[in-house]
Amino acid sequence: MEIKVIKNILGENDRFAAENRAMFAEKGVFVVNFMGSPGAGKTSVLEKTMERLKGELSMAVIEGDLFTSKDAERIDRHGVPVIQINTAGGCHLDANMVQKTVREMDLAALDLLVVENVGNLVCPAEFALGEDARAVVLSVTEGDDKPMKYPLMFKESEIALINKIDLAPYCNFNCASAKEDISMLHPGIEIAELSCTTGEGVDVWCDWLRRGVVAKKAEVRA
Amino acid sequence: MEAEAAQWLRGLFSIHHREAGNNHATKVREVGLLIGEMAGVEQESLEFSWRVLTEGTPAEGAVLKVRRVPLVGRCAKCGREFHIEHYDFWCPVCKDGVLKTISGREMQVEYLEVD
Ligand SMILES: Nc1nc2c(ncn2[C@@H]2O[C@H](COP(=O)(O)OP(=O)(O)OP(=O)(O)O)[C@@H](O)[C@H]2O)c(=O)[nH]1
Ligand SMILES: [Mg+2]
Ligand SMILES: [Zn+2]
Ligand SMILES: [Zn+2]
Repeated sequence: MEIKVIKNILGENDRFAAENRAMFAEKGVFVVNFMGSPGAGKTSVLEKTMERLKGELSMAVIEGDLFTSKDAERIDRHGVPVIQINTAGGCHLDANMVQKTVREMDLAALDLLVVENVGNLVCPAEFALGEDARAVVLSVTEGDDKPMKYPLMFKESEIALINKIDLAPYCNFNCASAKEDISMLHPGIEIAELSCTTGEGVDVWCDWLRRGVVAKKAEVRA
Repeated sequence: MEAEAAQWLRGLFSIHHREAGNNHATKVREVGLLIGEMAGVEQESLEFSWRVLTEGTPAEGAVLKVRRVPLVGRCAKCGREFHIEHYDFWCPVCKDGVLKTISGREMQVEYLEVD
């Protein structure tokens, strides 16, 4: 006997994501799913971000990590509320984990919530968390071929940060070619070259965050 | 990326547990999947995880039949549809039109063949 089904395999995750999205909308907090390879510089970018936005935006961070709290400790040093999710080997965050975590947060007091996903260029892109936007960090030491090798991550992101641009002279990273590939995958995507060492480009990223926060608040009022 | 395949399979398995249960099935022979060309899933790891996950269940030994769904986009400007080649989402005709994905991201269970 054949049974017709037609159901999404990730339907369960999508249901939790929709609940999260409704909750974030109600509280008017702009939520970013922050993704990229291990070591691309996600936490470093957040450290720079907190320095810049201190006193201007009310921000919190969720840190996804396989086993440790090292990244959460780095965030905590800046006095920004941070909650750690240990995936215990899981290679991405899912919407259910985020839902359990945000229950402990005072969302109404926030303008911006950044969720640093587990370092991984593949499957985090498949798991919606209820975020408003996704951002991906690619560092020049990873090579300019990565967007085409891991297309989904770049397709699904609203902004791509090309990080460690200070190291570009030492790597054979062709920035023009990487940007062209990213724009081909996602026409209209925002791309910023950035260095956490020199601080170059951090303002472009912070401006993008500011615009997101403003747009989210306008949405809530409407 | 075994772990992620395993998580997809758990989703699939719970769907199929429910459906097979509703129909009082005792044995699952075949599972039909629709997998988009741009879904981040590899067939081999899917099959491997499936075997592990279904061991000792009514789905043990069930065949996974995967139907690939081509990546197709519709141009937001001229309205034409194209198969997207090399992940190039610019319209090949009007050049500055953008292709919106209309298929190719699926990860779905299409049917179950049960006794
Ligand atoms: N030269 C240089 N080094 C950087 C830059 N950004 C980050 N790094 C270094 O890269 C390493 C990894 O940075 P992290 O911020 O921990 O990267 P991550 O993406 O958060 O890593 P995971 O969370 O483990 O996936 C650290 O040693 C940083 O100091 C940069 O712009 N330039
Ligand atoms: Mg980190
Ligand atoms: Zn994963
Ligand atoms: Zn067109």
